[in-house]
Amino acid sequence: MLGKLTWDAVPFDQPIPLAAGALVVVVIIGVLLWIALKGWLPYLWSEWITSVDHKHIGIMYTLLAMVMLLRGFTDAIMMRSQQAIAFHSNGYLPPEHYNQIFSAHGTLMIFFVAMPFVIGLMNFVVPLQLGIRDVAFPTLNSVSFWLTATGALLVNISLVVGEFARTGWLPFPPLSEITYSPGVGVDYYLWALQISGVGTLLTGVNFVTTVLKLHAPGMTYLRMPMFCWTTLAANLIIVAAFPILTATLAMLLLDRYLGFHFFTNEAGGNQMMFMNLIWAWGHPEVYILVLPAFGIFSEVVPTFSRKPLFGYRSMVIATMVICVLSFTVWLHHFFTMGTGPEVNAIFGIASSIIAVPTGVKIFNWLFTMFGGRIVYATPMMWSIAFMFTFVIGGVTGVLLAVPPADFVLHESLFQVAHFHNVIIGGVLFGAFAGYTYWFPKAFGFRLHEGLGKAAFWCWVVGFYLAFMPLYVLGLMGMTRRMQHYDVPAWHPWLLLAALGAAVILTGIILQIAQLAVSIRRRQELRDVTGDPWNGRSMEWWTPSPPPAFNFPVLPQVEGEETYWGIKQRAFQRARIRDEPIYGDIEMPRNSPVGFICAFFATFMGFALIWHIWWMVAVAAVGAYITFVVFAWRDRVEYVIPAETVARIDRENRAARSAWIATGQMTS
Amino acid sequence: MSGAQATGNDYPLAHTADHAAAELLTKRIIVGFGFWIFLLSDIIMFSAFFAAYAVLVNQTAGGPSGRDLFHLPYVALETAFLLLSSFTCGFASIGAWKRSDLWFHTAMAATFVLGAAFLALEVHEFADMIAQGAGPTRSAFLSGFFSLVGCHGLHVTLGLLWLLTMMAQVYAKGYRPDIMRRLLCFNLFWHALDIIWVGVFTVVYLMGDWQ
Repeated sequence: MLGKLTWDAVPFDQPIPLAAGALVVVVIIGVLLWIALKGWLPYLWSEWITSVDHKHIGIMYTLLAMVMLLRGFTDAIMMRSQQAIAFHSNGYLPPEHYNQIFSAHGTLMIFFVAMPFVIGLMNFVVPLQLGIRDVAFPTLNSVSFWLTATGALLVNISLVVGEFARTGWLPFPPLSEITYSPGVGVDYYLWALQISGVGTLLTGVNFVTTVLKLHAPGMTYLRMPMFCWTTLAANLIIVAAFPILTATLAMLLLDRYLGFHFFTNEAGGNQMMFMNLIWAWGHPEVYILVLPAFGIFSEVVPTFSRKPLFGYRSMVIATMVICVLSFTVWLHHFFTMGTGPEVNAIFGIASSIIAVPTGVKIFNWLFTMFGGRIVYATPMMWSIAFMFTFVIGGVTGVLLAVPPADFVLHESLFQVAHFHNVIIGGVLFGAFAGYTYWFPKAFGFRLHEGLGKAAFWCWVVGFYLAFMPLYVLGLMGMTRRMQHYDVPAWHPWLLLAALGAAVILTGIILQIAQLAVSIRRRQELRDVTGDPWNGRSMEWWTPSPPPAFNFPVLPQVEGEETYWGIKQRAFQRARIRDEPIYGDIEMPRNSPVGFICAFFATFMGFALIWHIWWMVAVAAVGAYITFVVFAWRDRVEYVIPAETVARIDRENRAARSAWIATGQMTS
Repeated sequence: MSGAQATGNDYPLAHTADHAAAELLTKRIIVGFGFWIFLLSDIIMFSAFFAAYAVLVNQTAGGPSGRDLFHLPYVALETAFLLLSSFTCGFASIGAWKRSDLWFHTAMAATFVLGAAFLALEVHEFADMIAQGAGPTRSAFLSGFFSLVGCHGLHVTLGLLWLLTMMAQVYAKGYRPDIMRRLLCFNLFWHALDIIWVGVFTVVYLMGDWQ
């Protein structure tokens, strides 16, 4: 009846995951109860769960990322503390548990923190920057989000029902084959990623179509803000790379479930093929993450340098060059696997070449700052810290791209330090910059600057304390994923790294405090005009938070930084432009299809993991019926009457007129 | 969205009745474009299976090779069914544009029958091979073969389900603009399956038989 699922699946003998899982369940039930008691369930359902508004979906993605960041960071601090005390001892985490923790840490941080964070920011910002009302396929967007949430949920269910993979963040065969990993851990990993991967692919389709096909009138490609360009590049990579991940994981699933021989030791299976396929997705994946971060910095740096972005066109070219080159370097992930010196040399050179367009970008940001009047607001601080940190990570990356050096450093802590250096210093700093920068746009009030800066310093100092020792340890010969060790020289460095993790923890606590304090003091932090930073791109033209339809009339774009030009003219003429002729606006109706679909996907994933075949069939039929019901609906859009549009726009116009009357562009 | 134009008030006029026709056309273009992007991603997924098959094709582990297993005339018949189904699918599209129920439903039914015939032949071929002890667990070559061809077969199966749903939908709702857009996507999907089959036929069956 329940396949492989029995009471043995719940780890009653392991207090840590059980207590953590119980805490999560209590928190979720508590929050839901609180919402229900407050009478907010209808609001939650109609404004968030069933929303197809890109702004709400973007916020939900970002929230998912931040919650999962806490979960992933818990794993991180457990690893750091284990390694700090596991000198000549076994520490407090038994090997099978420790292995699950580093696997879950990587999986969560890449797929359920970094990805939803950048996709959430894209969702929120890109339609506003393009001057349009929504993405190309709003309901599909909701489906994408909920499938991603399903994946995150499955990974978290593994905490209390069964186990998670012990095979690292990428399940290399033959270890991940059924012979060597007979438990359900790898299956949790595979189905969580397959389901969320569908969501990510649909996001890719949606955003490629949006950026290429939907624009405000006059918004030609070379007038789009940089963030739109990097979104396009990242989503092109999603469309081209995620199907490879899906296919590769499908092959591993066939091996595990039906006894196929893609990657097995016997009957002609080929483990090297897994390496090639997974990294043909895996390397482009890092550019899916970091290109949107580059886009965020390209928005933040000009705003807080009070200058247009330096070298816009070279930035566009650099972005698209990275987009293409990202597919030409995957082999550098396994130089040591004997493909021969010629092949290694080609991929080593290709890997080094990627540093060139990245360098172009760094210089463009520096030249944007050069001669500007720099405002050290929190988003700008993250950007500057990124430039320092990412260059270090890039240089160590170029080092690793040299095959002979790679032979020495491969799978050492040097490599761990390198990719944390680029992913924390690049992606996460970018995400935090974007979060602080666009928060007032999303919620109508700023985040507290003092706490933001305190959190910033803890993160940066903590990052250097935690990861610079790992470079040293890597050079001393320490390999990654060690549960215990007995080399005395390593111990002080690992203590230092643990201290760094504690400083980062302080940063995270300060970020939570920042959010709480900002919500409490939202009246004094209120963004009245909709343009709190004196921004340059179109999203700052809307009120904060923007209405469902974003723009009362679609803006006419006349060049790069159209909004900046309009704002300048308004200040020169000391009045805003004439009121437009308002019309009715049609917007897509809410739909529960994404949520219901994810409901069935969760059951299907769980049933597949535990071999509960009848439940798989029921969930598949349920998902199909959901789509048919959705396809049968007759009313697709609702109308916002012109009077409502006028009322909302006049409020914003009044606030802006008052601002212009002060004659002060910056406060 | 692009139907807007500047007015004397230096604001564009968008979303008024005048632009309804332009809007419909635009939506059709956007949906078609998005579906093309999806199809490209699907083709990339197939290319991963093609690559895996190409890597594993000689790993027969002492078992049968393609030359021992494939019957070209049989596969040619399969191919003929599938290519013909694309032809009738095209007719269904014309029927929908002409708003001819008879034409549309007949052509869709023919497409279904041809697609189902293709699938039946494929299932029979698979069953035959498994009965001979040449199932996907026999060797890496056969794993690659069953996955690549089976993945295409799975697409055809889902396509047939989609086809029936579209017939029911047109029967219930008529040729609404959103349904016409779905028909456009279905057509693209069905033709893309043909293109992939041409690859499968060449790389798996023709080249396998020559070895």
